[in-house]
Amino acid sequence: MADAVVKRFADHVAVDSLSFSVERGSFFSILGPSGCGKTTLLRMIAGFIAPDDGDIAIGGRSMRGVAPNRRPVNMVFQQLALFPMMSVGENVAFGLARRGMSRAERMKRSNAMLERVGLGNAADKRVDELSGGQRQRVAIARSLVLEPTLLLLDEPLGALDLKLREHMKIELKQLQASFGTTFVYITHDQSEALVLSDHVGVMSHGRFEQMGTPQDLYYRPQTPFVAGFVGANNRIVGRATRSDGSLAEIATADGWIVRALKTGAIADGDAVEVFVRPEVAILARSAAQLPIDQPQHSGEVQSVLFDGANSAVLLQEARTRREFRIALPQTGQFSDLKPHEKVAFSFDPSRAVCFAARAGTAGQDA
Amino acid sequence: MDPRWHARLALGLLLAPALLWLGALIILPHVDLAVLSFRERIGPRQYAASLAQYKTFFAEPLYWHVFLRTAVMSVIATGLTLLLAFPIAWIIAKLARGRAGSLLFIVCLIPFWVSETVRTLGWMILLRESGVLPALLVQMGLTHVPVELLYRDATLLVGLVYTSLLFMVVPLVSSLESLDDSLIEAAYDLGSGGFAILRGIVIPHAAPGITAGCIVVFMLTLGNYLTPTLLGGKNSQWFTEQIYTQFITRFNWEQGAAFGFLLLALSTALVVLGLRVSGQRFGDVMRRT
Repeated sequence: MADAVVKRFADHVAVDSLSFSVERGSFFSILGPSGCGKTTLLRMIAGFIAPDDGDIAIGGRSMRGVAPNRRPVNMVFQQLALFPMMSVGENVAFGLARRGMSRAERMKRSNAMLERVGLGNAADKRVDELSGGQRQRVAIARSLVLEPTLLLLDEPLGALDLKLREHMKIELKQLQASFGTTFVYITHDQSEALVLSDHVGVMSHGRFEQMGTPQDLYYRPQTPFVAGFVGANNRIVGRATRSDGSLAEIATADGWIVRALKTGAIADGDAVEVFVRPEVAILARSAAQLPIDQPQHSGEVQSVLFDGANSAVLLQEARTRREFRIALPQTGQFSDLKPHEKVAFSFDPSRAVCFAARAGTAGQDA
Repeated sequence: MDPRWHARLALGLLLAPALLWLGALIILPHVDLAVLSFRERIGPRQYAASLAQYKTFFAEPLYWHVFLRTAVMSVIATGLTLLLAFPIAWIIAKLARGRAGSLLFIVCLIPFWVSETVRTLGWMILLRESGVLPALLVQMGLTHVPVELLYRDATLLVGLVYTSLLFMVVPLVSSLESLDDSLIEAAYDLGSGGFAILRGIVIPHAAPGITAGCIVVFMLTLGNYLTPTLLGGKNSQWFTEQIYTQFITRFNWEQGAAFGFLLLALSTALVVLGLRVSGQRFGDVMRRT
């Protein structure tokens, strides 16, 4: 769909020869930290800015030189951009009116659309009488009523509070499933991207670091950036000392030795970054309780981070005093864990990943 | 001391200059003018209550002709000012970023550092028969002899628009600046062209600013004395000149006071009408000025 798109601003390249395609009817997210170029990319798809190079095709048709008001694309803006001078119904009917549709037909369609998003009786209300979540739905209804080939969403949940955001996440996914419209969603919130999407592109510095299903990104990150950005991860920096099939043995500068699965080419002596997910590690009060086939480590509890189902414990590795985070199992077995307690832990090396360190980052600790 | 009484005293003292201003300079003279306008001189130092001053106004065609002409010309001048100021305000508020915007604003403001009289005399130097522009027209071969450009309605309108431009630009800029760019983008994205965005989004949003600017400009124009006198001369037939004549030349204060009240009634009526037509509320509009 997008082919080698480039956008340069004065002195930096915001979007750097980026290519990707989105399957019709799927939910595609572009995930990246702020300033990675995702908004620029979205605005190029919508047509507000023109790419310096490359082309964007929607539904097989090149969008070169096509103005935003002529593209089969609609956008849900970050601040929603509902028209405050119009009622909810007029907002939804706005695009239909621009197509020269008769008043009766407009009313019928906008009412039907409001019905579908669960705002059947809100047509005559003013925009500022609605709650945040309702406005969200009006913004989506206003775009979907035009039956676009593609709906673009620019961090539409960013302005909502946490609880509503969680709720709207589910609602968005259900809306997309019921309408079957292709959604392209940009966000810096990895949880939104993982929960909502069929496919996610992780973007950094104007390029896609990795594209794949949420599961791929989480379990099989291809670059250190993705491993660090998607989900929580323990990052350990060291040098590969020995290779053992698909696994590598890594020693940190201060002598902690861990094992992890190699991703990409890693030769002995290379600087590497190891990533271990908190839920991959197993915690035990004594080394004897750990699986015997896994390398064992010991540490001291630094603090217990209670967060319901997401509770974790922050350890210091016994010898190096490096921080290591382990997710607490839901069995309640560690509910009496106290700081300064001595514990043992291990992790399956094949579920930890290591990459050759990016230039300039070797030796830095996360 | 009772703290409530204390607070009231403080408030009273704070408001005192404004109240004094209103009372001594606006209300008191107007009450006196009202009394003046409703009396008639029947002998030396002898006055009686009467509607004669107002009757004279309607009986004498020159008076109400000038009155209507002033109203119509003021409306035209206000409309022209709006048409001219809107693109300027749009450029300042939306297109020029940062320094360029403030620079443009200052460019609009600079003429106002010069006194209105001097500015208007500047127009006279440019436009009079022996002035710069007629000479230029002759040199370019467009006219054979220098043309007198002063004392024409068009000249008068140019002068009035020029004088009022800033008072239209300021409220327009502030109301356009508060328009979220994403609303324009959203309308564009939903299929609107430029004109539909202007009509459907920009003008409704800027309506209070437009109305505020129009009210201020209209009142300034209607009550303007200097520009019509200097640029329009005897032909300008501006109502303020009639008032001036009554007070100063004819020394007929009663007639002048009646004219003053008629002008006040006219401006009030037209402002109310304007608010009705545009569907704006006075309070909202005044907050924008």
